[in-house]
Amino acid sequence: MPTLSARFGDLARRHPWAVFCGRRAVRLTVLLLLVVTASFAMIRLVPGDPVRAALGVDAPPDLVAAKRRELGLDRELTAQYWWYLRRLAHGDLGVSLVTGEPVAELIRSRLPATLRLAVLAFACVLTVAIPGGMLAGVLTRGGRRPRTELTLTATTSVVAGVPDFVLAAGLTAGLAVGLRAFPVAGDLGPQSYVLPVLALALAPTAVLLRIVRVETLRVLTADHVRAARAKRLPAATLYLRHVAPNALTASLTIAGSLLPALIAGTVLVEKVFAWPGIGSAMAQSVVAQDYAVVEASVLVLGSAVLVANFLVDLALALLDPRSVIRET
Amino acid sequence: MAPSPSSPSSRSLRRPSRGGDGDGGSRPSRPSRSCWATPMGVVVLAMLGSLAVLAVAGPLWWGHAADRPDPSAVLQGPTGRHPLGTDHLGRDLLARLLASTWPSLLPAVAATLLGAAAGITLGALTAVVGGRARRLLGAFVNLLLAFPALLIAMFFAALFGAGARGAVFALAVACAPGFARLTQTLAAGVAGTDFMAAARVLGLRRHRLLLRHVLPHVAEPLLLNVTVAVGSALVALSGLSFLGLGAQSPSYDWGLLLSQGLERVYTEPLPAVAPGIAIVYAGVAFQLLGEVLAKTATRHAAPRHAEGPAPPPAPAGRRPASPDHVLEVEDLRVALPAGDRTIRPVRGVSLALRRGEMVGLVGESGSGKSLTALALADLLPDGARATWNAHWFLGADVGSLTRGERHRQLATGMAMVFQNPASAFNPALRIETQLTEAVRAHHGTPRDQAVEQALVQLRRVALPGERRLLRSRPFQLSGGQRQRVAIAAASMLRPDLVIADEPTTALDVTVQRQIMDLLRRLRRDDATAILFISHDIALVADTCDRVLVMYGGTIVESLPARRLADGARHPYTRMLVASVLDLTAERDGTPPTVEGPPPDAVGTDPGCPFLDRCPQRLDRCAVEGPVPTLLAPGHEVACWRPLPLAAPPGQPETEEAET
Repeated sequence: MPTLSARFGDLARRHPWAVFCGRRAVRLTVLLLLVVTASFAMIRLVPGDPVRAALGVDAPPDLVAAKRRELGLDRELTAQYWWYLRRLAHGDLGVSLVTGEPVAELIRSRLPATLRLAVLAFACVLTVAIPGGMLAGVLTRGGRRPRTELTLTATTSVVAGVPDFVLAAGLTAGLAVGLRAFPVAGDLGPQSYVLPVLALALAPTAVLLRIVRVETLRVLTADHVRAARAKRLPAATLYLRHVAPNALTASLTIAGSLLPALIAGTVLVEKVFAWPGIGSAMAQSVVAQDYAVVEASVLVLGSAVLVANFLVDLALALLDPRSVIRET
Repeated sequence: MAPSPSSPSSRSLRRPSRGGDGDGGSRPSRPSRSCWATPMGVVVLAMLGSLAVLAVAGPLWWGHAADRPDPSAVLQGPTGRHPLGTDHLGRDLLARLLASTWPSLLPAVAATLLGAAAGITLGALTAVVGGRARRLLGAFVNLLLAFPALLIAMFFAALFGAGARGAVFALAVACAPGFARLTQTLAAGVAGTDFMAAARVLGLRRHRLLLRHVLPHVAEPLLLNVTVAVGSALVALSGLSFLGLGAQSPSYDWGLLLSQGLERVYTEPLPAVAPGIAIVYAGVAFQLLGEVLAKTATRHAAPRHAEGPAPPPAPAGRRPASPDHVLEVEDLRVALPAGDRTIRPVRGVSLALRRGEMVGLVGESGSGKSLTALALADLLPDGARATWNAHWFLGADVGSLTRGERHRQLATGMAMVFQNPASAFNPALRIETQLTEAVRAHHGTPRDQAVEQALVQLRRVALPGERRLLRSRPFQLSGGQRQRVAIAAASMLRPDLVIADEPTTALDVTVQRQIMDLLRRLRRDDATAILFISHDIALVADTCDRVLVMYGGTIVESLPARRLADGARHPYTRMLVASVLDLTAERDGTPPTVEGPPPDAVGTDPGCPFLDRCPQRLDRCAVEGPVPTLLAPGHEVACWRPLPLAAPPGQPETEEAET
């Protein structure tokens, strides 16, 4: 055992990148398996008979039985699991219990809308929170401008406390219904994106802005910034070269952890705006008890979260190579 | 961020701000009461109080009105009788909103407590189980944490079946991993402590260990997180109800009211907005509570920015600078605000450096030598203020310069070498950038020329490796290499003055000697004046031309370095010298020890700062601070009763006795 770990340590020292990527890939695979298993287990674990619940209490028994056979629910559990995995490998997600349409088709038509929403919102979070937080940090360093700091803290904690679906409802009521400035629902072109993206991005922006500010304040008191100040560099060089990169790595780690929550948040926001994405499909099928669609949505959203996590980790490792060494 | 060895000069920088708390150690345990007396504390208490009153009184007062259908007033907008309008059965929406405070808050609290209990148990277990089980538990929690809580909650809510109870359990499952991770992190700190080891040796049972030793030590931060989690649970539960996974008709909560209100948002926005405001109100209340509690836990006196870095009052043209002086400062004082007081770590320092002169500034930690250096370089921390009677640098009166002129003067005329080479370089930037950026910014040197100059300077500090070194990052160099690079960087612009603030303290003895040689060569080749700050009087005696001994924020003695061993006249200098028995042998970097308490940093006492530790004080010393007097050419002492040149008491056999 010690020799094995010693050999591993040696490998890690010589090829930190390979070991890092390998570990991350293993982790991703395990997590994806977990998601697949969870989505497989869902329809089989729900109390009562999901097929009957979906088809209605007065559905003829032979129709229910046929549906159960179609879903493979009459087989042995391990056989079901293998069958499920094989189907999944072929991109087959089964058919909706309610409409009988293939679920894969539904996902394929709806996933792009959800991804567009999430990516746009995340981009907004980054472009506002990072420069804003750094500026706030520079302005309020060392207890300067206490009133600005108080206003900022108060505003961001209130904004961060507003849940996205409530904000979405408020925006709809105020801007779409009240002022008629934006479409109320659906995807009708670029201006339809404004409200859903705003609803999704506002709270994470407030959270990230505070974190970037605190990180900037921490870096500003670092010894190496004092050494850089001693060189009397122009302010732009000082802040952009000596403060920004160091404040960014920690901030981006937090930003990366906001992305999965943002993807999950699309479910609620899409429901408010009747956005033609996965989230609203999931919300509808939850009410209709269409577990075939719910399990596919869980699978897709869960995998999206994992892949986003993985990509963020890789991006961070590229930005700060020391983290690769630290971890291996 | 780098865990630097707690070095004398960094302590001297930090001590004032800590000393400002006044009553020292007892402070952190007490401020809990005062935190609630802040405006924020009052607001939080008021918000939570109103929620509690509504939760209890809501169903009693409005419960009846909330459930009374009125077929004549279905789906009405806001009217005088129904301020928020009515729902599809004609029930009053305001009554429903207020009556549902309890069913909205209770599940959130229940879900948080359930989840916290499960998570904390899981996390605390890792502190008491063996290695393999601990790794497995850690990995398990990590896997769960990869998913956002909302997604997990939705999954389990769908699994447990729509309904309030299912939603509570789902949310408990969703928030458990977060608590488990937090507990693991906190418990890991406890697991390594001595008393845990002792408890294990005593053979205490696991649940005993858990209850008696682990949990009490991690209770406070966990409690704080439970508070914050109630707020997010409330929001998440409303979200589940909103999706149709939470409360089911005929029961209702804020999330369901919001969902129902949203269906008619096109005609009536208020029925959707009002429950939203209620959710936000409660969520913010709990979040603010967490913030107040966190402040209570980690309160520290933020430095007040009382008087900005105002230009010091300089009596203009009081005295012209001597032509051969690079730097001349008279009666330099530094004031730092700490809490509601002002401390004065530097109180009247006068010094002058000639071109090419190397002057040592010696003193124990807290004597104000680093702040003196920072004041001379205009690098004082925020809130600190420097004043002086006269301050000349490179022939210009500093007080009469504009900001831009002063900036340019310092940019090319002065360079600094800091104590800790591990933290003085930006870890994210290549050595090349950090070496060349100053010369490129101030002389406009093109990049390739700047690189050539950098290579010349690196060769001067005996660092071969050349371009490969330029491409490396600070963490790839050793401490000694980094300090050489720092000296190379300081000499890139051929400054007139280099301030080296304990440049050798963090290095081992052989490297120390090399660094000192480099500084001496820099002085000889470029005629650069060097202000060398150190607590190591032996090192200073070896290398400098002149020595300034600092104590309690003032310079108590100034004398030629070669006279240090036998000619010191101030009792403090004498004690410092005596503490290093052999001036040439002992140089292990430990600060010289002088008995007695360090001087008080507030600096309001009128007498001599050395009074409490002085073996031969006079009555006069307590009421009147000694003024520097010239005893011999180049030798000044601030003491009412300088020691005679003869052997000091208790030191008869040292060499100064013979002269």
